[in-house]
Amino acid sequence: MKSTKNLDQLYRSVIMDHYKTPRNKGVIEKSSVTVDMNNPTCGDVIHLTMIVEDDIVQDAKFEGEGCSISMASASMMTQMIKGKSVEDALKLAQTISEIMLGNEYDKSIDLGDVEALSGVAKFPARIKCATLAWKAMEKGVGPDSE
Amino acid sequence: MLNQEIRKHFPIIEQEINGHPLVYLDSAATSQKPQQVIDAIRNYYENDNSNVHRGVHTLGNRATEGYEGARDKVRDFINAKSREEIVFTRGTTTALNLVAQSYGSANVGEGDEIVITYMEHHSNIIPWQQLAKAKGAVLKYIDLEEDGTLSLDKVKETITDRTKIVSVMHVSNVLGTINPIKEITEIAHAHGAVMVVDGAQAAPHIKVDVQSLDCDFYAFSGHKMGGPTGIGVLYGKKALLNKMEPVEFGGEMIDFVGLHESTWKELPWKFEGGTPIIAGAIGLGAAIDFLEEIGLDHIERHEHDLAAYAMEKMSQVEGLTIYGPKNAEARAGVVTFNLSDVHPHDLATVLDMHGVAVRAGHHCAQPLMKWLDVSATARASFYIYNTKEDVDRLVDGLQVAKEYFNEVN
Repeated sequence: MKSTKNLDQLYRSVIMDHYKTPRNKGVIEKSSVTVDMNNPTCGDVIHLTMIVEDDIVQDAKFEGEGCSISMASASMMTQMIKGKSVEDALKLAQTISEIMLGNEYDKSIDLGDVEALSGVAKFPARIKCATLAWKAMEKGVGPDSE
Repeated sequence: MLNQEIRKHFPIIEQEINGHPLVYLDSAATSQKPQQVIDAIRNYYENDNSNVHRGVHTLGNRATEGYEGARDKVRDFINAKSREEIVFTRGTTTALNLVAQSYGSANVGEGDEIVITYMEHHSNIIPWQQLAKAKGAVLKYIDLEEDGTLSLDKVKETITDRTKIVSVMHVSNVLGTINPIKEITEIAHAHGAVMVVDGAQAAPHIKVDVQSLDCDFYAFSGHKMGGPTGIGVLYGKKALLNKMEPVEFGGEMIDFVGLHESTWKELPWKFEGGTPIIAGAIGLGAAIDFLEEIGLDHIERHEHDLAAYAMEKMSQVEGLTIYGPKNAEARAGVVTFNLSDVHPHDLATVLDMHGVAVRAGHHCAQPLMKWLDVSATARASFYIYNTKEDVDRLVDGLQVAKEYFNEVN
């Protein structure tokens, strides 16, 4: 009953650190992009605000409610995309998707803290938690955004 | 407590999940199926499969007997006056939608009221929202008491002479609250409204007598009571069903078909367009036989005992909040909770790694979550195969989760 070895694959210390001390938590008042997204099956919500100028993500903040995985992922996502071009940010989101699906992905991309999310792939029920923030970002700056 | 020999009837129970014996505490989502039900469905497909109500041949007769025999079992199970009052549907959701679309469309007009409560499942909210929007009617909610029960005073305050439909769940899938349906029905009738009951969480667990409740419609699902998915029941008083129009049109439900006009079969078939859910109904019939062999009074007692035991044990876990009535006699076998600052999804994952299956999320009751002022909760729900040992395993798992998240904090 006391074995928590499997859990350690999911709840890596980097994830718990982002959960307990989220980066970029808050709202950008004069944002150029605002996205609200939820996960209707579990009730997780994210409110993402970004400033995108000259195709560069100048700033990104989030607010939301959800489990450790979804909130840590949101914190990591905002940290990673700040200063990146929209194209690179989207590429990163695509890479996260591939990792979650267990597919091959471009190993040359620097994943930083986000690498810690790779353990989520072994917990199919939690993949949507990990991808919520990334989907929100894609919705905001991706090809389908207005 | 029920004799635990009962567990042997459920083949799925005896397995390991993540290296631990399975403890299934998600029966409010769907129950496990006894061998008797699995065999009945298998037997139907292996020996009797045919379409119903049309075959002159022997298999057609057997299938019809099986399907219509299941209807008789349902009639007896909920003590309806006649078999014509039992309509087979795909489940509770379909049954409630049928009432909203047929009875509701014909009887609710602009400015009329539809009354529900804050504790309803989405399937007993959205059909009425849609009806209210289409008709310009007003959807009103009865507020809850602090412990998650309904007070008849508030019921009386909310229902008026403009109220055409009152629709309330018999047992809450989140709080476990058993609602005073008979008393609410009296109030609804005194104002000329019809009473609709969402019985999805009641029919599997407590004795339902639609004549004693005097409700006008009662909906429930087969899969929460040991039966298969895809079959449910709408009970309706004959006088009302007779006046109602079908909502699905096609084969099976017609009497005469002309080029521009058709007429409908008599009750209950006018509401069962298309080839019906034959195997599902037969499976439901087998589930009813199984529950009646045990006795609904025994099942109810078993669940009260388990809920009482769970609430006692769980309240010893520091930082644990239980929602709903404090008195286990006032609730069915559902315990919804949160553990300090561990998010319910994280909790459910930790429990799953220890073989314990619970539900985490908003339980298809977003207005209730808002009322409770939480974004999500965890839920343990019990059925006949659960034991006190299962509760102990849950509590052990909660301790592990607490320690784990304290350590990594």
